[in-house]
Amino acid sequence: MAAADLTLSRRAALQGAGALVLGFLLPLKGARAQGARPVVTAPNAFLRIAADDSVTVLVKHIEFGQGPWTAAATVIAEELDADWAQMRAEHAPANVALYANTLMGMQATGGSSAMAESYDQMRVVGAKARAMLVEAAANAWQVKPAEIRVEKGVISHPPTKRAGRFGQFAEAAAKLPEPASVTLKDPATFTLIGKDRSVGRLDSLAKSTGKAIFTIDIHEPGMLTVVVAHPPRFGAKPASFDATDALKVKGVVAVKQIGSGFAVYAENMWAAIKGRSALKTVWDNSAAETRSSDQMFADYRALAAKPGRPVGTNKDAPARPLPQGKLVEAEFLLPYLAHAPMEPLDGYMLWDGQTAKARFGSQLQTADQGAIARVFGLPMEKVFIETMLAGGSFGRRAQTTAHFAVELAEVAKAIGPNKPVKLVWTREDDIRGGYYRPLFYHRLQGVVAGGRILAWRNQVVGQSFMKGSPFEAMMHDGVDPIVTEGADELLYAIQDFRCEAHYAESPIPTLWWRSVGHTHTGYAVECFVDRLLEEAGQDPVQGRLALMGEKPRAAGVLKAVAELAGWKGRAAGNGRARGVAVCESFGSFVAQIAEVSIGDNGEPRVHKIWCAVDCGRVVNPDIVRAQMEGGIGYAVGHTLYAEVPIVNGGAAIGNFDEYRSLRINEMPEVEVVIVPSSEKPTGVGEPGVPPTAPAIANALAALGRERPSRLPVVRRA
Amino acid sequence: MTYQIKVNGTEHSVDADEDTPLLWVLRDWLHLTGTKFGCGIARCGACTVHMDGQPLRSCTLPVSAVGTSEITTIEAVEGPEAKAVQEAWVAHDVPQCGYCQSGQVMSAVALLREVPKPSDRDIDLAMNGNICRCATYVRIRAAIHAASEKLGG
Repeated sequence: MAAADLTLSRRAALQGAGALVLGFLLPLKGARAQGARPVVTAPNAFLRIAADDSVTVLVKHIEFGQGPWTAAATVIAEELDADWAQMRAEHAPANVALYANTLMGMQATGGSSAMAESYDQMRVVGAKARAMLVEAAANAWQVKPAEIRVEKGVISHPPTKRAGRFGQFAEAAAKLPEPASVTLKDPATFTLIGKDRSVGRLDSLAKSTGKAIFTIDIHEPGMLTVVVAHPPRFGAKPASFDATDALKVKGVVAVKQIGSGFAVYAENMWAAIKGRSALKTVWDNSAAETRSSDQMFADYRALAAKPGRPVGTNKDAPARPLPQGKLVEAEFLLPYLAHAPMEPLDGYMLWDGQTAKARFGSQLQTADQGAIARVFGLPMEKVFIETMLAGGSFGRRAQTTAHFAVELAEVAKAIGPNKPVKLVWTREDDIRGGYYRPLFYHRLQGVVAGGRILAWRNQVVGQSFMKGSPFEAMMHDGVDPIVTEGADELLYAIQDFRCEAHYAESPIPTLWWRSVGHTHTGYAVECFVDRLLEEAGQDPVQGRLALMGEKPRAAGVLKAVAELAGWKGRAAGNGRARGVAVCESFGSFVAQIAEVSIGDNGEPRVHKIWCAVDCGRVVNPDIVRAQMEGGIGYAVGHTLYAEVPIVNGGAAIGNFDEYRSLRINEMPEVEVVIVPSSEKPTGVGEPGVPPTAPAIANALAALGRERPSRLPVVRRA
Repeated sequence: MTYQIKVNGTEHSVDADEDTPLLWVLRDWLHLTGTKFGCGIARCGACTVHMDGQPLRSCTLPVSAVGTSEITTIEAVEGPEAKAVQEAWVAHDVPQCGYCQSGQVMSAVALLREVPKPSDRDIDLAMNGNICRCATYVRIRAAIHAASEKLGG
């Protein structure tokens, strides 16, 4: 049942987690009633119309590339009948009473939910603002509101030939009572929403000229720059330090022990880095991880041989023996992955003893606000967060434990009040710092007979995303639904289906990574179904379609991508082959076909990826395309090249010299088709990722190589 | 140590250790923050500036090695190539998170000054030192070709 299945998504998980986070972390009155939180549509909360006619949208979602600023402004401009040239955007302040994610009950960006959760809300905001401007103009002109027209930012009254602009009525409009109800536009009359290239991104110019300000760019008088020495092994704790040499470095001001390590305070970043290098540290390794990735895979393989916890489809049915037929088996090993956003984690904090003012790329503002309040012992309302533009996230800034906000607050607290600090992680801190996409192991068994797939068994082993975090209460009966999302229910009608989960333990902290569970389940499932269809003698596209009777939107994108690519089978000539994959994630459906060859260097070369996406009603088609392109590139790079190998309980690598990132010469050509839909809008930030890896693997199989059972495809010697 | 360096046409006197990378001098001494920190080992290109017109990773060049060379950053890059590149970047909505784009723009401008009509391979060679984790590469390529067209290359 589709509706029930959606409740197993991360979005739903966060929805419940909101209650938990708010209930347990935040000393905010009324927050516990988040389930009944009213959806705020007051124009004064979301819009600032200035005398110069500019309309600034206060966007509750953080902008780190997926376009929520432009999207929110598009939706509001549409209902407001504004001229696009007058639209601006900035981040809303942290204030859960006004800016809660309507699906999560806390101020948060994630689960590709920005449009899914705010499309209706922003339409109402825009329509109410329009009504209030009209009423203000009608009052000023002493005419009937019904006779007033609004078009491209011009308010007019044709009978009396009067006209004005938003700016001149904004002040009066803001004082009017909010209309109880408004009529929204008929989508058939939209001029901006869904109209290709009707608007450009609001942030492109600033980001093309170096003028966009990120957290790392903050400089304030008297500010100290701080780096923290973290333990080399996961789970280790700071024990003691000797700062004698560190303090000799010119510009180093102080060294303090905090919960996560030793903080080095300096007058500039270079001094902080040098001071940290000179610092002598002692770590308590008593609770530290000691294993290496290979040992963990071996442990996971052993776990997978035992019965796990049944999840998803047929979870309550008794285990059955496999039916007669050809038994096909596979295992897939997926490594720890760093998110590695271009801007490493960073934050600015000014604590004066009474209030704390933080400026950083906060993605879960309400959780971060609560965590900061706890560190300082302040009430929540004395903690202010200015959300900054952030140089990427891919999940890294949506921290279940608010660990970075905690470290930032501890750094400020340890040096004392009225000393502004900017905490910056280096790239090594980022790559070695954990909070990875968990390492996963999949064991699959399938039975094929008479050209049909008769049975499917999947054992999934990996760390829980939620266990041990404030989100743990979202686990029901010990099941973390997002570990197995995408594997515990298939797009394919296979009656004898069983999926079992094992939750492994490690001190290595993990976190959701662009498309969360689907990063690994998409690979295992779409590789294995392709393998079984091959065994059954079926075409990868036709074979999938035959099993998708109950999933028309999945079938729709698969047909669309086959048409776009002119699919005629797996062979593509010229030493190239094609592979296909289709995934549903976050309510959106994406199918991709990859054309791959083996390059002169022996590495796979992905030439082109065709992509079809159904994300419901589209707000900005070009942003949808951009997210598919970006999601595909992110997936190609990690599939082929990326792994954070763990050796003796710590990350063995620390920078882009060894954490190999996709470069322009490795980026495939991408062609995207958006399947028209009037379903409610769903997200695009993550859903472009999951099909790419299996599409590449399935193409490699067609080139005579086995689908890689261990990623990345190109492994370090 | 005090160093005299010329940045964006202006002489600056900078009191810094000799091993201080130019990147941090630009950012923390001169507050020219358009040039970004991404890796510190010249592997990502976010810190790309021009030294005497040539693209350079400022994160590994010590301030003591700048000498009399003229440094240009994203704040002051100008001329027909810069204008064409930045206009193309906006027209194609290249940036996503935007953090790497100063470096991308600086590399692209340097490329077009050397090779007015670059092939895809020229673009690969000139731009593969600049990582974009958002993978805006499809649009970077398209925008460079568009800028080249505009310049009559």
